[in-house]
Amino acid sequence: MKAFTYERARSVEAAVKAAASVQSARFIAGGTNLLDLMKLQIETPAHLIDVNHLGLDKIEPTQEGGLRIGALVRNTDLAADQRVRRDYAVLSRALVAGASGQLRNKATTGGNLLQRTRCPYFYDTRMPCNKRRPGSGCGAMQGMSRSLAIVGVSDACIAQNPSDMAVALRLLDAQVETMAQGGAKRTIPLADFHRLPGDTPQVDNALQPGEMILSVTLPKPIGGIHVYRKVRDRASYAFALVSVAAVFGQNGQARFAFGGVAPKPWRTDGADAAASQGAKAVAEAALAGARTTPHNDFKKALLRQTLASLYRQQEAQA
Amino acid sequence: MKFDTPAGPNPIDRGRVVGIPHDRIDGAAKVTGTAPYAYERHDVAPNAAYGWIVGSAIAKGQIRSMDLRTAEAAPGVLGIVTHANAGALGKGQFNTAHLLGGPAIQHYEQALALVIADTLENARDAAKLVRIDYAPEQGRFDLKAERLHGTMPPASFGSPADTRVGDFDGAFARAAVKIDQSYSTPDHSHAMMEPHATTAAWNGDKLTLWTANQMIAWSVGEMAKTLGIPKENIRLVAPYIGGGFGAKLFLRADALLAALGAKQIGRPVKVAIARPQIPNNTTHRPATIQRIRLGAGKDGVIDAIAHEVWSGDLPGGGPETAAQQTRLLYRGANRITAHRLAVLDLPEGNAMRAPGEAVGMLALEVAMDELAEACGLDPVELRIRNDVQFDPEAGPQRPFSSRKLVECLRAGAQQFGWTKRNPKPGQVRDGRWLVGMGMAAAFRNNITTDSGARIGIDGQGRVTVETDMTDIGTGTYTIMAQTAAEVLGVEVDAVTVRLGDSRFPASAGSGGQWGANSSTAGVYAAAMAMRAKLADKAGYPIDDARFEDGLVKMGNQSQPLGALAGRDGLWVEDRIEFGDLAKRYAQATFGAHFCEVGVDIDTAEVRIRRMGGAFAAGRILNPKSARNQVIGAMTMGAGAALMEALDVDTRFGFFVNHDMAEYLVPVHADIPEQDVLFIEELDDKSSPMKAKGVGELGICGAGAAVANAVYNATGIRLRDYPLTIDKLLHAGMPVVAA
Ligand SMILES: Cc1cc2nc3c(=O)[nH]c(=O)nc-3n(C[C@H](O)[C@H](O)[C@H](O)COP(=O)(O)OP(=O)(O)OC[C@H]3O[C@@H](n4cnc5c(N)ncnc54)[C@H](O)[C@@H]3O)c2cc1C
Ligand code: SF4
Repeated sequence: MKAFTYERARSVEAAVKAAASVQSARFIAGGTNLLDLMKLQIETPAHLIDVNHLGLDKIEPTQEGGLRIGALVRNTDLAADQRVRRDYAVLSRALVAGASGQLRNKATTGGNLLQRTRCPYFYDTRMPCNKRRPGSGCGAMQGMSRSLAIVGVSDACIAQNPSDMAVALRLLDAQVETMAQGGAKRTIPLADFHRLPGDTPQVDNALQPGEMILSVTLPKPIGGIHVYRKVRDRASYAFALVSVAAVFGQNGQARFAFGGVAPKPWRTDGADAAASQGAKAVAEAALAGARTTPHNDFKKALLRQTLASLYRQQEAQA
Repeated sequence: MKFDTPAGPNPIDRGRVVGIPHDRIDGAAKVTGTAPYAYERHDVAPNAAYGWIVGSAIAKGQIRSMDLRTAEAAPGVLGIVTHANAGALGKGQFNTAHLLGGPAIQHYEQALALVIADTLENARDAAKLVRIDYAPEQGRFDLKAERLHGTMPPASFGSPADTRVGDFDGAFARAAVKIDQSYSTPDHSHAMMEPHATTAAWNGDKLTLWTANQMIAWSVGEMAKTLGIPKENIRLVAPYIGGGFGAKLFLRADALLAALGAKQIGRPVKVAIARPQIPNNTTHRPATIQRIRLGAGKDGVIDAIAHEVWSGDLPGGGPETAAQQTRLLYRGANRITAHRLAVLDLPEGNAMRAPGEAVGMLALEVAMDELAEACGLDPVELRIRNDVQFDPEAGPQRPFSSRKLVECLRAGAQQFGWTKRNPKPGQVRDGRWLVGMGMAAAFRNNITTDSGARIGIDGQGRVTVETDMTDIGTGTYTIMAQTAAEVLGVEVDAVTVRLGDSRFPASAGSGGQWGANSSTAGVYAAAMAMRAKLADKAGYPIDDARFEDGLVKMGNQSQPLGALAGRDGLWVEDRIEFGDLAKRYAQATFGAHFCEVGVDIDTAEVRIRRMGGAFAAGRILNPKSARNQVIGAMTMGAGAALMEALDVDTRFGFFVNHDMAEYLVPVHADIPEQDVLFIEELDDKSSPMKAKGVGELGICGAGAAVANAVYNATGIRLRDYPLTIDKLLHAGMPVVAA
């Protein structure tokens, strides 16, 4: 961990201003990802701006009939919120499938969206990694890549996005509200928030330097049956090998988003369109253009099987 | 006290205190955070500086040059230890690689420097500034490829690499039913809760190490040898240890570097091996490839049995003795066991909980399941038919000291409801789950080791027990107190136990499940000597004296212990010395594991639904701590079956998943209710306690029971551990079409 300075921001505007004035500043929310990365010197901010006390920890209705979730709302609180549990149950279920109770008590909505990959080569600073050190090569591609992504990958990087929450938010067409340097606010659809690696895998998302997440909004509830199914190597406290967020509607309609398989929460029009044709068709549409390694090729079958399981349960309940 | 003839009736048989499920006497200190661990010895070394280990970034090669200038100039840095300034260092006999590497590098993350600073953060930061120029060399990292060059290792702990009895080839060729299969197990990391840690301080030429170490006397000797100083100048203190599983049997880099660092800066230094460094810096359980051949009659009775094992280690290292149990567990006149050792440049392999059996049983007990099926026999019945009451390699002249495998199998099966199992795999459905049951025998050697203790009684009649024995979370404090209380006729709360200090008499230490039985026998010896002394003081013939209620009694006379001890108190020291009973009798612990799993019909996720077992391990000194050991070991076995594996990158030569987010061990949600039944047994040839070890028995076979249950649920037989989703999918799951 490099020595750094620390301040507790007094207002959102002041936080954004501070981020603009100090080079390599970072916001700190729960710190559950940032501090680990700092200890390993994967992140080396010179300045931390604590955004925990700015009143961004509220969940409020929007005029459009949706919800606005403050960036500092804890994962535990978001999962337990009555409105979320009633109208956006997939989000609740995704959240409680993530990390551990202790981590969720600390982890925030904004921080969770920005958590970095769990590629093991990214975590060992002696190993080549284009995401950590652009141009150094990818340690994982010819190495141990079992947990990594199979769609949306590039020659530079096959890292997966590890978030469960983001998969549900993607499914629900959430939007991210931010304040950029200079104080301008903007709204970024979650679909455009996370980036594919291309040849710049070091850039995870669409935020500009110093841009702060204020909130995440959810549109009006869409009804349907909400499910989140996470498949992993142990029963709890492990990242997804694959996960599926789904909302099943009327007449065989459904929408799907996928975790563990791509550098971002993965959603395709094709998969939704194939809903009425069953698991195999949905999986094929979702994974069109997949590029696997011998270690992670099983994720194709596993995604199909996870969908099959969801369909089976839907039929059993119908 | 010599122990060379079977124990007769003795004070332990009273069962007044020993054998009672007494709570841990150190429990309150542990849960209130007042039990001091090695890294927290602010009480004795308040001004300790912080050391951070710089580990090698390559697996094999040389250091061309080291540039320390930037690191030395970094804030708070007090000194840097490297091979260039550490002076000549020896190497302990239990260490394969040097604890401080350079200029030659023997494995990834081998310690190459210790950076010492005023704070942990400054030390960690400056460690990143040490510049090392490497000349890498090609290493050997792939066991599958290197096994072909495996050689026969020397005998380890008196046990030869190979054994051969009768005519295996002929008998196997003739056998009506044959099993010939290969199994593999991956490298495992101990993943104990407390990382390796040491606080070191010098006083002149005297060194004190507050450390996390299972074997005090060994490690004093190893440190003396490494530093080239007399043993007498070293004091090792380890009263509390946050788990070990074998990781702390030997001297490790934290202890050596803390000592060298403290010497260099003239101030105490503390060093912990950081969690992400542990898998590659320290030892691990080596991966194995195992071939098992079983030849039996149609009735399942084994006539030919062969178990061959390949493992790898650094040059000069040792094998994973996974065929060990196959020498003793089942009958058969024609037998082979063999170990071959390949050279690998991965981090050093060594003992982890039940070395040998833990992974040997993962293979043997699946092979037995395969044999049961091939013979159309119930797996429990197959094992009963192959029971043998003597060492099957040595013949009837070497009987077992006690062996209740059959009793365990029957009682365990009954308790678990084994008869409800459908022997045909893939038949039982419960909603989205395919349900299966599996079982396996449990077997682990019983080792006994000489062990000393000192006992004092003060004027108030309080008893103090002192020995360098360690409590690695196993409950040693409590069973020591129980033993002394039983022999001397006092209550447990009248006994103070002080452990883990090299100033105390040398004990068996904690390892190989020899600790509890051997070290309580040492306390027993000292307590019996104390009895003699007390009787003498009281003027009662020892044979007429009774020790009850804090009194020495004879007829209707009595005298309190405190009065006899007087103001100055009384002290005695003795040790238990084991004769040749372990040669004359095969000694081992036995059990039976049962497991029910559900396997998701679509996704192949495996969930354990129930685990149960019955175990015979001599006298159970404290059923509460014994159960705790067994369920913990069963959990570890479940981990080995389903998830635990260090992933080897054979290009760079290191374990990739080297932190606890990536190296998975079971969590609570993976482990359901575990039923443990202890079968009554007294082993008079094992020790005067008539106990045997129990700390490792629970892992041996547990994973095989899980694997056999997965087979029973799905009809898919995997022989490459762990049994993960990808392997099940690859092997034919889902068995039900989507
Ligand atoms: C052992 C372990 C297991 C885990 N398992 C899972 C799992 O199974 N599933 C899962 O989804 N997650 C898992 N996590 C990850 C966890 O969910 C994240 O660490 C957490 O959500 C991050 O939130 P935080 O508030 O602590 O973020 P921080 O660590 O505080 O911040 C993360 C990043 O976001 C930035 N940031 C934070 N807030 C803002 C803001 N308002 N505006 C702009 N930038 C901001 C920070 O600068 C930093 O770069 C696990 C974590 C650990 C350590
Ligand atoms: S997959 Fe991406 S994160 Fe992993 S090593 Fe390659 S470049 Fe780095």
